Amino acid sequence: MIAVPANRIDVLKTYKLFIGGAFPRSESGRVYSIKDSKGNHLANPSLASRKDLRDAVVAARGAFAGWSAATAYNRGQILYRMAELLEGRSAQLVAELMALEGSTKKLATDQVKESVDLLVWYAGWSDKISTIAGSTNPVSGPYYNFSTPEPIGVVAIFADAKPSLLNFVGAVAGVCVSGNTAVVIAAEPFPLPAITFAEIMATSDLPAGVINVLTGSSSELAPWTASHMDIDAIDASGLTPKQLKEAQIAGAANLKRIRVHTDAKTPERILNYMETKTVWHPIGI
Amino acid sequence: MNPFEYSPALESTAIVEIAERYNLFIDGKFVTPKSGKYFPTINPANEKVLAKIADANATDVDLAVGAARAAYSKVWSKMPAAERGKYLFRIARILQERAREFAVLETLDNGKPIRESRDTDIPLAAAHFFYHAGWADKLQYAGVGIQPRPYGVVGQIIPWNFPMLMLAWKVAPALATGNTVVLKPAETTSLTALLFAEVCQQAELPNGVVNIVTGAGVTGADIVNHPGIDKIAFTGSTEVGKLIATSIAGTKKSATLELGGKAANIIFEDAAIDEAVEGIVNGIFFNQGHVCCAGSRLLIQENIHDEVIEKLKVRMAHIRLGNPLDKNTDIGAINSAAQLAKIRELVTAGGAEGAEQWSAPCEIPGEGFWFAPTIFTGVSQTHRIAREEIFGPVLSVLTFRTPQEAVEKANNTPYGLSAGVWSEKGSKILWTASRLRAGVIWANTFNKFDPASPFGGYKESGWGREGGRHGLTAYLKASN
Repeated sequence: MIAVPANRIDVLKTYKLFIGGAFPRSESGRVYSIKDSKGNHLANPSLASRKDLRDAVVAARGAFAGWSAATAYNRGQILYRMAELLEGRSAQLVAELMALEGSTKKLATDQVKESVDLLVWYAGWSDKISTIAGSTNPVSGPYYNFSTPEPIGVVAIFADAKPSLLNFVGAVAGVCVSGNTAVVIAAEPFPLPAITFAEIMATSDLPAGVINVLTGSSSELAPWTASHMDIDAIDASGLTPKQLKEAQIAGAANLKRIRVHTDAKTPERILNYMETKTVWHPIGI
Repeated sequence: MNPFEYSPALESTAIVEIAERYNLFIDGKFVTPKSGKYFPTINPANEKVLAKIADANATDVDLAVGAARAAYSKVWSKMPAAERGKYLFRIARILQERAREFAVLETLDNGKPIRESRDTDIPLAAAHFFYHAGWADKLQYAGVGIQPRPYGVVGQIIPWNFPMLMLAWKVAPALATGNTVVLKPAETTSLTALLFAEVCQQAELPNGVVNIVTGAGVTGADIVNHPGIDKIAFTGSTEVGKLIATSIAGTKKSATLELGGKAANIIFEDAAIDEAVEGIVNGIFFNQGHVCCAGSRLLIQENIHDEVIEKLKVRMAHIRLGNPLDKNTDIGAINSAAQLAKIRELVTAGGAEGAEQWSAPCEIPGEGFWFAPTIFTGVSQTHRIAREEIFGPVLSVLTFRTPQEAVEKANNTPYGLSAGVWSEKGSKILWTASRLRAGVIWANTFNKFDPASPFGGYKESGWGREGGRHGLTAYLKASN
């Protein structure tokens, strides 16, 4: 017989960072208060520091060799697995989106469904993007010459705001399906779905460090991200024009590729974080 | 007398007519610069002044951008794509017709051997126009949506190492995609660009589609910062590339940057050694080493180091340095006194840091700028000559024991433009090529270029590609 007290107190979740496959608090000990759309306190997610960012980049760089060398089939299956688990976690994410974004249950549910489908869409790209973007090139000489896109390395993502789950999933899936690793700074007002999604990633056979999630202040973290010499590219979709300009100036130090997207669902989200490699070899006997 | 001694075989300069003074090419006409200033361009092989070149100021750049904008909105963007392509075909044909003239002029102004300007630079430049001409009416198949659009006015700034070839790499795709151009050649090598202006006139290219403004870095900055420029395409140093990236921050301008390199050329123990030695020589001594993708870091598997170096020295002793107009010359003049000083500075640093220098025994002419082909052995990864781009005929030799170590050392650089791999084992080549963080990998060859083949770097070697479908898309905005 199950007996639940009528005045049972809910067990609330502590929303922490996701770095190297673990869920640490910010090393700074800082948090910020998140309120629902009606102004009620919801949670105290971590306010990530420059050092947390550094730790996340170390984790992402460490994971790059393995993830980029994994077969495309394998990467596709892991993304698909994330979609499966996202489907199963729908109720929790719907509740978070309703509270945070102030959306109706219908809208929140639709956003989660669309996010699942978006993950499936990106998962399918893993073993097709090279076919679409690569080529053999008819050079004028006895050489076999082919071009193929390769992942660029470590990408920092400033996730765009509403619809926050869809934007988060689109950014992460596009960057990582090709073999990149990522440090994602969740949209400042919407950290909860991002961390809940990190719990999905943590249980999807995604190798530790491939995707790392920070919550906190974009304006605080953007300059450190832009000047970090071991970050190869930034998806700056969530930055303001002023932050973007400052990031472009600081990012020139190592010629970071800095991109801004408006669509969650486009192959550009994959290709903008890839580099084309061309290989020549003589033909002869 | 050595029975294998070469007699001089000088290419005649009669085919080229060099004017005393060159003006700017704006809106289809040669116009005097508003700056009123001119600067000399010299032949680096004898330091004699070839001509005076207009020094464009901000007003001149503004006029050029205005002409390009008018040509873009009134003529070039409205023309049927197939007709646009036909102008490029015309240009390609005229370049072929006047190829020798261009080659001689390039060699006079740049100092590169006539064999290279005649057999590489100019034929490839013509090929680039021919290749891109055919793209003009097929842009909907380029993979960027069914209605890709040009940017508008493109500012293009090119270097002195391959003046005419770099012009072709820039102008041909820009025009094929429907953009118009303001181009600035390097201040030490403007002459072939100005001869190209004449080609545009002969091809009856509509006025203002190509504008050529000459000058130094200040003129380049005027182009980059002009609000009427929609896109920048730059080839040059990483240092200037970063300045450009900073200058266009917060604007709508996009940029393609082809910057520096410090390419590893990896020789595995199972390489065909004699072929590899030829590849090493081509990799670092082609064009006096004034090549951003030069194989300037030689990585030799330790057990074959002595054999390779011995053969390399024998081969280098046969390199012919001298008059660039001599058809037998392998190494011509260093392009400028400033570049020669930079090479000398780094070579001095190489010796001071403990590497062992060996230079080919060749006679250095009394006038002009020259540097004997040189190798450094015993180089460590921390030496300046292993880290910094020398941009001259100087090779730094390092060793490795395992393929993993070779890849690690090859990738230990902020650059990522090119790399070479020498092995007779196919699987090892592909294993290595897939791990090298560089945009162009030459396996059992080096320094090959083709309009159909994308070129460009990872990391601090730049943004984007030039050549092939990939390079074409750098001049197109996607449509959804």
